[in-house]
Amino acid sequence: MAQVFSFSLFIAGHSSRSETAVKNLRSLCERWIPGRYRISVVDVLESPEMAEHSKILATPTLVRLLPLPSLRVVGDLSDQARVALVLGLQSSDDVPPAS
Amino acid sequence: MSQPARFVEKLATGISGFDFIADGGLPLGRATLVTGTAGSAKTVFASQFLADGIRQFDEPGVFVTFEESPEDIRRNLFSLGWDIADWERRGKWVFIDATPQPEEESVVIGAFDLGALLARIEQSVAQVGARRIIFDAFGSVLLRFPDLAMIRQEMLRVVAGLKRLELTAVLTAERMQEYGEVVRHGIEEFVADNVVILRNVLEDEKRRRTLEILKFRGATHQKGEFPFTIVPEAGVVVLPLSAIELKQKSSNLRISSGNSELDRMCGGGFFRDSIILVSGATGTGKTLMTTEFIAGGFEAGERCLLFAFEESREQLFRNALGWGVDFEKMEAEGRLKVMCVYPETAGLEDHLIGMKEVVEEFRPNRMAVDSLSALERVATLRGFREFVISFTSFIKHHEIAGLFTSTTPTLMGGTSATETHISTITDSIILLRYVEMHGEMRRGLTVLKMRGSGHDKEIREFGISADGMNIGKPFRNIYGILSGMPRHLSPSEADRIGSLFNDEV
Repeated sequence: MAQVFSFSLFIAGHSSRSETAVKNLRSLCERWIPGRYRISVVDVLESPEMAEHSKILATPTLVRLLPLPSLRVVGDLSDQARVALVLGLQSSDDVPPAS
Repeated sequence: MSQPARFVEKLATGISGFDFIADGGLPLGRATLVTGTAGSAKTVFASQFLADGIRQFDEPGVFVTFEESPEDIRRNLFSLGWDIADWERRGKWVFIDATPQPEEESVVIGAFDLGALLARIEQSVAQVGARRIIFDAFGSVLLRFPDLAMIRQEMLRVVAGLKRLELTAVLTAERMQEYGEVVRHGIEEFVADNVVILRNVLEDEKRRRTLEILKFRGATHQKGEFPFTIVPEAGVVVLPLSAIELKQKSSNLRISSGNSELDRMCGGGFFRDSIILVSGATGTGKTLMTTEFIAGGFEAGERCLLFAFEESREQLFRNALGWGVDFEKMEAEGRLKVMCVYPETAGLEDHLIGMKEVVEEFRPNRMAVDSLSALERVATLRGFREFVISFTSFIKHHEIAGLFTSTTPTLMGGTSATETHISTITDSIILLRYVEMHGEMRRGLTVLKMRGSGHDKEIREFGISADGMNIGKPFRNIYGILSGMPRHLSPSEADRIGSLFNDEV
């Protein structure tokens, strides 16, 4: 059974930093775990109570909800290789990326 | 564009004594950095800024915590008697939990900002209509992100955001030492235009807490360190000692010292709102004079208060009874209050606050402290001086006659620290001294100073009996008593000198 990944990405408005983070996350997921991920993007300016609930300080913050344990990556995710490593997108039973 | 010479408005914090030294309060709509070493009461001070806002001005506040969990803070402040949870329920206080989430690993990759924090602040501020906000352990944010330049800039942005929201903010940050660099990394310094330093210095084995306003950009404040203490309910109480104004009225009304002969020596008694210092070695009769002073007030229908720092209640009452004064009966009538306290039970600042409370509650017409010098033991010299000045001006302000005793360091006299610090603010000074005469110890008394009145200049002998102090004749043919080195003149020599000056006074 392939692991499903679930993410919440907290951004602050439609700044270029927010756009970069969303773009980076989508391309990472498409590249490593196509069809096995869910992303919900939360704009803290629109839903500050969500940021409150998850105790988010910085934006962008990516929260990996699944698989457990949950973990957080702060920043615009610009270093894709490192993000993939931290999020555990790469695992032994994964197909190596075609590129 | 900067607006030159713009008047900086202040927001009264409600923190006792602080608003006085801050010339009104914290700069309104600005951030003030409060810094100090671990345990310097930064969190209490900051929390109190919110608590007093609620209690005194009905101004709700937001508490952003970066280090301790809200649960811990609620519990810690509950020990001061503050029910934070109740304020939260009533929508007066709201926490923003910005503590690190230890159960979740956190990594920083790429550029970020503190937009989420700002959004949460804006939401909470709107939710309760906050005018006050505090960031507790704001400095710790620096340690959570690797890119110092970026986090620094972001912290600045958040502080700018507070200004936009017209919030008056207190930001706390820890410093490593009591003196020297204001805070670690020297960063928060430029975050806030206003810096307050809390100190908790160990001096001569005694803890001394002080507060200093280092700067208020564009606004005035009192300079220097002011002692403070922390008491239940009130919280931080700053003692603006050196800033006391000399505005006391003075009265020409005379009151009895409790001893008619002493009244006569003083030209008709003490003045009603005067400070009287009685100095003497141990056993010279200071406690007796105190007892008579209290009894004299009681007989005149006054309310009397006695602070005893040297003797236990039983001892004090027994001694008084031996001189024909029944303290127990007087207390039962409700016009006397005797407080026996061991100086070591509290710091001087706490004694000061406690004593002031008793005075304000009991509202005495006269009071005595036996002995003031016992309090020297629990304070530094500077702290003691401030205490004396503060307390004496306090009772003067309340138009209370105060008699303070001071024990001299040696049996034959000499000057104690108490006398050095109090003598200039006393209105009357009475010296009690041992006098050695012909191989026998006698006791002598003199009125050294009696502000605004003539007084007896002689040194009179006195005895102590079952009816108290009996002031007798002046010592003749003896000099050097006050220096502790009495010398005798032979009668013939005295007569000869006497005849040189035909002066009866």
